[in-house]
Amino acid sequence: MPALTAGESARIRADFPILSRTVRGGAPLVYLDSGATSQKPLAVLDAERDFYLRHNAAVHRGAHQLAEEATEAFEGARGRIARFVGAQPDEVVFTKNGTEAINLVAYAMSNAGAPGALDGADPEVARRLQVGPGDEIVVTEMEHHANLVPWQELCRRTGATLRWVGVTDDGYLEDPRSVIGPATKLVAFTHVSNVLGTVVDVADLVSAAREVGVLTLLDACQSVPHQPVDVTALDVDFLVFTGHKVLGPSGVGVLWARPELLAAMPPFLTGGSMIEIVHMERSTFAPPPQRFEAGVPVAAQAVGLAAACDYLDTVGMERVAAHDHALMGYTLEQLAQRPWVRVLGPSDPAHRVGAVAFTVEGVHPHDVGQVLDDQGIAVRTGHHCAWPLHRRLRVPASTRASFGVYTTTAEVDAFLVALDRVPQIFGVSA
Amino acid sequence: MDLYGELILEHSKRPVHAGLRDGFDAEVHHVNPTCGDEVTLRVHLDRAGDEPVLQDLSYDALGCSISTAATSMLAEESVGRPVRETLATYRGIHAMLMSKGADPGDPEVIGDAVALAGVARYPARVKCALLGWSAYLDALARAGVDISGMRP
Repeated sequence: MPALTAGESARIRADFPILSRTVRGGAPLVYLDSGATSQKPLAVLDAERDFYLRHNAAVHRGAHQLAEEATEAFEGARGRIARFVGAQPDEVVFTKNGTEAINLVAYAMSNAGAPGALDGADPEVARRLQVGPGDEIVVTEMEHHANLVPWQELCRRTGATLRWVGVTDDGYLEDPRSVIGPATKLVAFTHVSNVLGTVVDVADLVSAAREVGVLTLLDACQSVPHQPVDVTALDVDFLVFTGHKVLGPSGVGVLWARPELLAAMPPFLTGGSMIEIVHMERSTFAPPPQRFEAGVPVAAQAVGLAAACDYLDTVGMERVAAHDHALMGYTLEQLAQRPWVRVLGPSDPAHRVGAVAFTVEGVHPHDVGQVLDDQGIAVRTGHHCAWPLHRRLRVPASTRASFGVYTTTAEVDAFLVALDRVPQIFGVSA
Repeated sequence: MDLYGELILEHSKRPVHAGLRDGFDAEVHHVNPTCGDEVTLRVHLDRAGDEPVLQDLSYDALGCSISTAATSMLAEESVGRPVRETLATYRGIHAMLMSKGADPGDPEVIGDAVALAGVARYPARVKCALLGWSAYLDALARAGVDISGMRP
């Protein structure tokens, strides 16, 4: 599959007006922070605006025409987004963001221990969801805090033990079978590291989990924006991603789960919209996905995210992936010519997606980021919500350049020119 | 670029009074959770006279050049002076950093820290420049010094 041509790139960039602004006293913006959040094309902004201009109402409520239209737009968005990841509509739950989607699963598992929480559930599914002392939750050492802290807290509440698959010096996962075993209840892991860009061998972790019959949760926040993702092919039990990293609006995240799991899971947040019958003493809950969407849902954001899926499918996710691969290869090759730069993670571009984090010998990443920012280059500095991973790689922090579908080789060149000023400013040898 | 003047680079490369020394009254550990910068800081007070004097300030700082240099400047300006005077320096630095560039800082009050004036134009970096100072105020409080009124 060919990468995007210069003409295609230019047409895509024209859909993102923010990319043509200047920053810091006239420098053209070079946005290399899409791993934190992506920019939004006009089609997404228009879809959200059109919803508010013409159809706005509280969905799943009211008998009037606007409520019907809003509900139809919201449920249509659910179907569109489900199709984007190869899922069925009622397997998709809308959340506030990826973090909330992971917490939804963690709290469902901890609430599963409450009296009566699994009444009526398939006993085998119920057994898989229940967590207690002696059980283990497995994560990896390269997780974003969003896929680490909720599991630490689940373990704290239930008496289970957190274990993790380690990371090698060059940014790959160690053997998962040394950690996943009969005591494991769930393996939660990232598809693509938000720092290293490492593409995790999902099939290997899934087969290790299957061998002992335990649940898997995939954090796909950093893969869905860059490559085709299909829940059936991945064969995981839960998959999570967030709208704002995939050209969509902020305020909407997605949890996909196998229908038999959703059917058994107790709710996380409770209140309006998620009920079946309410009495003063107790209530029963709606079937999924509504059971997990308490309160007035995020309709306009869902509509915006569906428009983002349309946009990316028009480009073609295979070509988005090819474009990212070309940018990755070029960036790694150029950085390799700079001995004062240490790239974190795999050196083979075929094993990476989306992000390049690095350190400059003798210069703190915050200072590198400042020099780049002064020349209009927007990167992320710090630990990127993956503090244990940085500790493992023995660096306090790093500088990360990350790509979007609108990123160009010319922008990577501008980044390199700006980066080359760093050694001179801080008096370290280049 | 003009943010990184000679003084900042000099202080960040060779921080004054760096290292942790014994004989302290209080030790604190402060972090900036957004970037992972850390400082462990100890104060040693001399309370023999009319008012407490900062006999020693020792520290171990891990961070960017701005946070390291600011902590070094804090130590250089403050060691050997009455605590009351060091708090006046803090007020001067704090006002400068919060001024968004309007207050260039008075070298008579804040010494080398005038070199940090440029930081005020970058709101995300102000916290870096204040990391050592917030640790210092906390250490003073733990050592029993009344710093009420110092927190903005």
